Amino acid sequence: MGILEIKNVGKRFGGLQALSEVNLSVAENTVHAIIGPNGAGKSTLLNCLVGKLIPDTGSVTFQGQSLLGRKPHEINQLGVSRVFQTPEIFADLTVMENVMIPCFAHRDGAFKMNAIGSVATQGDIKTQAEAILEDVNMLDKRHMHASSMSRGDKRRLEMAMCLVQEPKLLLLDEPTAGMARADTNNTIDLLKEIKEKRDITMAIIEHDMHVVFSMAERITVLAQGTPLVEDTPDNIKGHPKVREAYLGEAQV
Amino acid sequence: MLGLSAKDTRLFLIVIAMVAFAPFLMNPFPTDSAMAQFNAGYPDLMQRFVIFGIFAIGFNILFGLTGYLSFGHAAFLGVGSYAAMWVFKLLGMNVLPALALSIVLSGLFAVVIGYVSLRRSGIYFSILTLAFAMMSYALAYSVLAADMDGPDQQGMLQKGLTGGETGLQLTLSDPRVLGQSTTAEGNIPVPNLFGIEMRDATELVLGNWAFTFSAGYYIAGVIMLIAFYISIRIFRSPFGLMLQAIKTNQTRLNYTGLNSRPYTLAAFVISGMYAGLAGGLMVAMDPLAGPERMFWTASGEVVLMTILGGVGTLIGPVLGAGAIKYMENILSKINKDTLYEWFSFMPDGLEGLLVTMVYPFVGKGWHLTLGIIFMLVVIFLPGGLVEGGQRIRGLFGRKKKTETDTPDGAKSPAE
Repeated sequence: MGILEIKNVGKRFGGLQALSEVNLSVAENTVHAIIGPNGAGKSTLLNCLVGKLIPDTGSVTFQGQSLLGRKPHEINQLGVSRVFQTPEIFADLTVMENVMIPCFAHRDGAFKMNAIGSVATQGDIKTQAEAILEDVNMLDKRHMHASSMSRGDKRRLEMAMCLVQEPKLLLLDEPTAGMARADTNNTIDLLKEIKEKRDITMAIIEHDMHVVFSMAERITVLAQGTPLVEDTPDNIKGHPKVREAYLGEAQV
Repeated sequence: MLGLSAKDTRLFLIVIAMVAFAPFLMNPFPTDSAMAQFNAGYPDLMQRFVIFGIFAIGFNILFGLTGYLSFGHAAFLGVGSYAAMWVFKLLGMNVLPALALSIVLSGLFAVVIGYVSLRRSGIYFSILTLAFAMMSYALAYSVLAADMDGPDQQGMLQKGLTGGETGLQLTLSDPRVLGQSTTAEGNIPVPNLFGIEMRDATELVLGNWAFTFSAGYYIAGVIMLIAFYISIRIFRSPFGLMLQAIKTNQTRLNYTGLNSRPYTLAAFVISGMYAGLAGGLMVAMDPLAGPERMFWTASGEVVLMTILGGVGTLIGPVLGAGAIKYMENILSKINKDTLYEWFSFMPDGLEGLLVTMVYPFVGKGWHLTLGIIFMLVVIFLPGGLVEGGQRIRGLFGRKKKTETDTPDGAKSPAE
């Protein structure tokens, strides 16, 4: 029984069957990659997990609790964090403030109206935020405006914001999309480092095979809304069905 | 000081000084000079500066921090005014209970309107608030003004709750259980703060200058300072940080496990209470509340004030409120005769031409000037008057700036 269980999930947009009969189990403490060509339904599947979309059929359970019908912020409170394809950060604020917000929210997400205290005097929150920035090598940039950073740094910041909440499951939607090779490699190293340091399960949606094969422990290949195969990276590499779906190669 | 950073303390002290010395600062021209009409140091106008300052400070907590543009804030102004009037009519003429009820009632009103309107964001939120404000206006104008006790009966409900288009006025027959219905001289009593009447004023004549110190202005001024102080604290608090996060990226906030709704509602209610306080102060200075106070133009005015001064800055809304009220009261007083007087040194033909050219922009046409200034500010100074101030300071004190460019200075929507 995995930490995340997806059973028979189907989703239809008008005439398009985006997902049908998706069965997927993500084991705890693994890096599970979901790959597939454009339009395979990867992002739709992810949106079904975080509460942005509600699947038409099937069930999604996280640690035995159903995620269906819960709002994104409620799912996050259960311990699921998400990194977006384009980094979603608080662009108008400084790096430090960006990380302090999830610290304030932490896990319970309860409404706290602390209008009396001052952000500048929140010692423990600051320490916590600085520790995570240290982890992702961004401490020297903590006073920078988030909007003025490079894409790679924005990605790093977004991960720091997710990690500071100590999620059990981290969902990554194409974490290296649009990055230069050097940035991609940095991101891979960062993700590996994160994985080493803590008990965390990662589900990665990715286009870049380089990233997938250098990180993933299990790979699920999605094609036309259904999982084609699920196996270890080594087996996937040579799998004829995958080559066909992915590279358009005719089966020999 | 008072839990503020050094920079905020400096700003707060400057505002305190400005409020305290406004009767001097606003009266730079001798009373008998030609420029005397540009003096704004008379109590009525100064009171309006600080009251609309409070209104704009509150509006800025919602619009500046969360980015939710309410187009119906005047509704709270009106609710505050009517609430204070009813305290004056039923309880007594002390302004404190009146203001307290203004704040509470407009706060409750804001809970209801906010709860419904905040289900949507962006333009839909603005339209919803506008609709609510116009409904409130219609209620005040006709529905709640319907005769409840019959037309000729002597009684407080004679003209309904709001008094309709003539507005709610004090009468000699109001009960005022804690005060007196009529003064010894047979007049309607005046709003006061423990005996200090709002219209008490002393005049100080120094040479050609005359300065008026009015009790009402200073009471309103102190209340504005308190309101300003609270707004600084909110801006710098974790709560304020959350509100800024809502403005920048609500998606990320949701995926951080936070429901933004309680935060936006809290901000909405706080800014509604500020508006109610401003409305209460307006009737404390001049005990008459009319429905036009809730009209959409009044809501639009506070939006203009905030944008003109600088959205999301601490002092901007106050500056914007001052600038607009100054123009409204000073420019609109200039008439054709004044213009002829100004240009009298010119040859006849030219004089006439200049007067014809300038006249559309003053007097009743002051809105035209306001419009032009507003457009110039929005195009060239998107950060409002505050940005203008910062640029001027940047020109003169570039050296000083590098010195104070501390981590906190990197992001300074503050002044």
